[in-house]
Amino acid sequence: MENSQLIEVEPINFNVQPPHLYSEYKSTILRSPTKPLIPVKEQLKDLSLPAFGDSAIGKWDHDLTKNARKNGEPIGERIKVSGKVMDEYGRPLRNVLVEIWQANAAGRYIHKAEIHDAPLDPNFLGAGRMLTDREGRYSFYTIKPGAYPWGNHFNAWRPNHIHFSVIGHQIGHRLVTQMYFPGDPLFEFDPIFQSVPKHARELLIAKFRMDWTEPEFALAYEFNIVLNGKCQTPFE
Amino acid sequence: MEKLRQTPSQTVGPFFAYSLTAEQYGYDYNSLINGLLINHDTEGERIYITGRIYDGKGQTIPDALIELWQADANGQYRSLPIHQKNDGFTGLGRLGTGTDVQDRFLFTTIKPGSIGDGQAPHINIILFMRGSLHRLYTRLYFSDESATNSQDELFNTIPEERRNTLIAQRKQNAGRIEYHFDIYMQGEKETVFLMYITNDVIS
Repeated sequence: MENSQLIEVEPINFNVQPPHLYSEYKSTILRSPTKPLIPVKEQLKDLSLPAFGDSAIGKWDHDLTKNARKNGEPIGERIKVSGKVMDEYGRPLRNVLVEIWQANAAGRYIHKAEIHDAPLDPNFLGAGRMLTDREGRYSFYTIKPGAYPWGNHFNAWRPNHIHFSVIGHQIGHRLVTQMYFPGDPLFEFDPIFQSVPKHARELLIAKFRMDWTEPEFALAYEFNIVLNGKCQTPFE
Repeated sequence: MEKLRQTPSQTVGPFFAYSLTAEQYGYDYNSLINGLLINHDTEGERIYITGRIYDGKGQTIPDALIELWQADANGQYRSLPIHQKNDGFTGLGRLGTGTDVQDRFLFTTIKPGSIGDGQAPHINIILFMRGSLHRLYTRLYFSDESATNSQDELFNTIPEERRNTLIAQRKQNAGRIEYHFDIYMQGEKETVFLMYITNDVIS
């Protein structure tokens, strides 16, 4: 790093990020901060998050079509969702914990507080996790989630989506987001998706990858994740 | 090198529990991170951290996700894999607010040491909830550390009238030491939220 130069980056770049308050998404009105955030400057070494070992991850944690089977296969369209976790300079971030959760093919979440009148699938939980490999890659097998109605406004429906939680190597590398599917007709009606500036919304939409499909088994989507800031010394 | 655009943040939504805090909520899926950051072998003063999260109308929030990240009793942050340590200290905790009748969180941990550089002992907090489009960072300081708090660089950059929103109150309860730390999203007592400025190295 002989010719390195130091610059300061804003951790929240509002050119691509949603605002804290987005009143069309009604829950933000009483739950978003109203006072300016206070900047913290620290040495990067103090910002390291604890890392996870391979032993923490179960054998089928990455395969949501298998990890909750009771008496058969889950119902729905089997898909593979794969991608890379990178810093803003495209450098792969390895050993990053990627956790996902989603509704089943009928648009029903297994969460106990959920009241949407769609069937549960006894063979599908909808939760998975894995660590990125040396190239920063992850890959899940799952079932394509259905659309889901919610109470934000009359006849509100969420587009099909998969929730992602990502824990990188430093405190600024903490991201929770949602991945959407290409061409969803609900995009223009969904205030959570719309909260992201228009030109950046494509960053939340997975790409269909015909070349990654598994013949007679699963369709494939690519969803790359870019965390803010730089890659720290890679975890060994 | 051309810079890539960050992936935009989205809300954690109301239904994270069966993935992120499954054991706490009774789902059949083990948890990598939970409310217990230590075991019997962990060095340090054993403490409990409890509190509630309030919305702009003063209602407690029952569907938030709160993560703690802290140094050990010697002021060291751990970067070793969580499950490969002998002393049981994880450095990272995670709970939802949906399993207590009063919407409280309750973490079991040790009081962190000072990490040096003029910083008072503290715990980093990362907060997520339905209705929040971003992760929110804040920091917990300890009420019995007023001398070191007053020397803390960050603490001193916060407007004086807002500093007490970051101080957890030490209490004895049935022989155990509890720190009470309520978080207010809005209003007169609105908690100070932080943003991290990192020195970004381009090589």
